[in-house]
Amino acid sequence: MTFRVVHYINQFFAGIGGEEKAGEVVPELRQGVVGPGAALAAALKGEAEVVGTIICGDGYFAEHMDQATAEILDLLKSCNPDILIAGPAFNAGRYGTACGAICDAAAKQLGIPTVTGMYKENPGVDMYRKNTFIVSTADNARGIKDAVPTMAKLAVKLLKKETVGLGPEEGYIERGVRRNYFLEETGAQRAAVMMAKKLRGEPFVTEYPMPVFDRVEPNPAVKDMKNAVIALVTSGGICPKGNPDHIEASSATKYGEYDISTFAALSEADSETAHGGYDPTYANKEPNRVLPVDVLRDMEKEGVFKKLYDKYYTTVGNGTPVANAKRFGTEIGQKLKKDGVSAVILTST
Amino acid sequence: MVKEIERSGLPVVHICTIVPISLTVGANRIVPAVAIPHPLGDPTRTLAEEKIIRRKLVEKALRALQTEVHEQTVFTE
Repeated sequence: MTFRVVHYINQFFAGIGGEEKAGEVVPELRQGVVGPGAALAAALKGEAEVVGTIICGDGYFAEHMDQATAEILDLLKSCNPDILIAGPAFNAGRYGTACGAICDAAAKQLGIPTVTGMYKENPGVDMYRKNTFIVSTADNARGIKDAVPTMAKLAVKLLKKETVGLGPEEGYIERGVRRNYFLEETGAQRAAVMMAKKLRGEPFVTEYPMPVFDRVEPNPAVKDMKNAVIALVTSGGICPKGNPDHIEASSATKYGEYDISTFAALSEADSETAHGGYDPTYANKEPNRVLPVDVLRDMEKEGVFKKLYDKYYTTVGNGTPVANAKRFGTEIGQKLKKDGVSAVILTST
Repeated sequence: MVKEIERSGLPVVHICTIVPISLTVGANRIVPAVAIPHPLGDPTRTLAEEKIIRRKLVEKALRALQTEVHEQTVFTE
């Protein structure tokens, strides 16, 4: 008997469509393999069979997480699977979140093993690394030829209940699971060896990596809104018509700084979105849907706050490396602080 | 980006659709939005109705900025 695999993919990999379909493709089950499932089936080498493929739009999933998860679990149950394999999602944030969420739900509610694949900066990694096996992939779909065999190999091991090695050996992102085993040398001896290496400036591997909690404490609230200067920032890619600074549609390396001091509102005639990660129809038609200049200008006139800051800052938050986003945030924050801004509204799509 | 702007000393409110991602990236004041392609609008309504929806979200964001928080807070009301 071969093991039964169910594969989860999004609307894009299923060949249904790109962003214009992301919000409308509701969960559906197809028999056998679809899209990248063919490569997965080949990599399973007959040890397991892809019996069905569940497809869901990334936008639909992100906007109806609980409902979509329940619907997908029902489809999954009907296949009587031995394992769920999702993605790989590379650096697609909504897709990664969906893969992680359904793997988590399938493991908890059906008690089956699950495997997915993501780039290490995918937001789905931090959310679900403890709940599923996430194979570390490249940040884009060109990495599929490496990702799929690693996922398949790990899946077969899980199905055969073989011992799964450490993350770096098996190619998955560490889950924070500890397994006890015996060593000849005591902890004190190993620590002394590590200390000696550290003193000599030699490389060593810690046995207990400390978690990194990079949190920023909330700043105090705005006490005097009537005298406050409010600035607008967005990762939704709104920019002047024609995208004069050529902000990239994904993996942005820059942000834009644009004057709105004379604008009562944004419009289709003067603004658009540079974002390549969502259907731009609605933002292009009415850019205030992403960057609410119109209502902020009204409120400024009404005296709700003193001033809408003269410029807005914008970039595209679509597969943007964390290091770039960090740099943008630092630079934007410093400029706004220096110019006497009181508080920031940041919108994301 | 939200976190680094907050680090510079300014309170930031994040209006976004996928709240779990906002929590993961470390936003402190979060206001859930309408939908991914139109966080502050709803193309199924008239433009006037949409503007009311947008105004309400922005008012909520300003309330969030005027609220002292000590941990990540999602402003749903």
